[in-house]
Amino acid sequence: MIEIKDVHKSFGDLEVLKGIDLDVNSGEVVSIIGASGSGKSTLLYCINAIEKINSGKIIVDGVDVHNKKTDKNKLRQNLGMVFQQWNSFPHLTVLENAALAPQIVKGFTKAEAEEIARKELIHVGLGDKLNEYPTRMSGGQQQRLAIARALAMEPPYMLFDEVTSALDPELVGEVLDTLRLLRDDGMTMICVTHEISFAKEVSDKVAFFHEGLIEEIGSPEEVLDNPQRERTQQFLSKVL
Amino acid sequence: MDNYEFHWNVVFDAFPQLLGGAFTTIHVSVLSMLLGIVIAVLLALGKMSTSKVFYHIANVWIEIARNTPALFLIYMAYFGLGAYGIHLSPYFAVFSALVFINGGYLAETFRGGFQSIPKTQYSAAKSLGMNKFKVYRYVILPQMFRRIYHPMTNQFVWSILMSSLGILVGMNELSGETQRLQSTSFRTLEFFIVAAVMYFVITKLVLLAASLISKKVFKGEIS
Repeated sequence: MIEIKDVHKSFGDLEVLKGIDLDVNSGEVVSIIGASGSGKSTLLYCINAIEKINSGKIIVDGVDVHNKKTDKNKLRQNLGMVFQQWNSFPHLTVLENAALAPQIVKGFTKAEAEEIARKELIHVGLGDKLNEYPTRMSGGQQQRLAIARALAMEPPYMLFDEVTSALDPELVGEVLDTLRLLRDDGMTMICVTHEISFAKEVSDKVAFFHEGLIEEIGSPEEVLDNPQRERTQQFLSKVL
Repeated sequence: MDNYEFHWNVVFDAFPQLLGGAFTTIHVSVLSMLLGIVIAVLLALGKMSTSKVFYHIANVWIEIARNTPALFLIYMAYFGLGAYGIHLSPYFAVFSALVFINGGYLAETFRGGFQSIPKTQYSAAKSLGMNKFKVYRYVILPQMFRRIYHPMTNQFVWSILMSSLGILVGMNELSGETQRLQSTSFRTLEFFIVAAVMYFVITKLVLLAASLISKKVFKGEIS
């Protein structure tokens, strides 16, 4: 379980998160929507400790993420993250991309790591690209590689930061299909997304962020079909 | 010139000495390159450092190295320091100047290579649970190295060719040796033609080796 309690985060004078409370239970899919600059992505970066927080607490399976004594590298093994830019490692083949962290972080042998990597790559539909170099692949394929690479660490949680927003429209579908696949596997996921209809389809909970606060949270039907807050209504009327 | 008769025998007889000169050329270029790389790493770190002192030291070094003639630096090392009672051998004067210049040029190459790796690669690697060492060892440096590899090769070729300035301070590298041999035999053209061919062969071999190594080591593409 991920527990987020009254989290504040500033970049210099700019307060980006102004007190976020959010619980994500195991097996749950939570989508975060909202305008650019509302703090959605920052929250993900704070959950896996790439960014520090100013106050509040983030607890993952009982571990206080921002406690100085917490081993952040170990913690991140439980929090797979996929970014807007897919960030494939261009000097490694597809298989090597996905096998690298299991081998050098988890200490599996090369053969074991490649076995896990192969399984995940086949799962996301890249079984025929194992020995390709990622720069020769489409953005959608590279994003699926990024997902498989994160999955190869076998994390209980996955964080998705606008994973389709840098893709050409015709490539969005294949990546969303991959996310649906994970949802069906029972993966716990937090998805920051601009794909409202996707959020509606896969989420257990939808949170609407506005200027660093959760303006409205609830089931997709509540938040997306019958938003109670004016700002949520305004946002949805613009994006739908 | 119309009646110039080539006499190659004297050159062939002196070939062992020319080879000795070529060896010194390679020697000074390799060593100045190796030490230059070490200094370049430090200068590049200095230039990216938040410490003003390190930044300015690195900056001054790099600016002088990149904006003054190699000849000037060799003269400074040989005659300039000599005026202060510090007498360097011709070899060491040339070596020092080449190290100074290689350090300055390569520092900018390294800094550019380092900064050309997107920060997001770092975040992506971190998010997979890698510690700092592993991020650099497996993700950042391999990409950086292939970006700086060819500029480094060029710098090495440059060092080989620039070491010929050793002729001006009496160093016995290939050019200096050639100069000495032609001045006693008066077969100026023959000796310099052969020396030029030798430089050409050396640099071509270096480039060939560099390209073979890069094909073997660098797979995939960088974005």
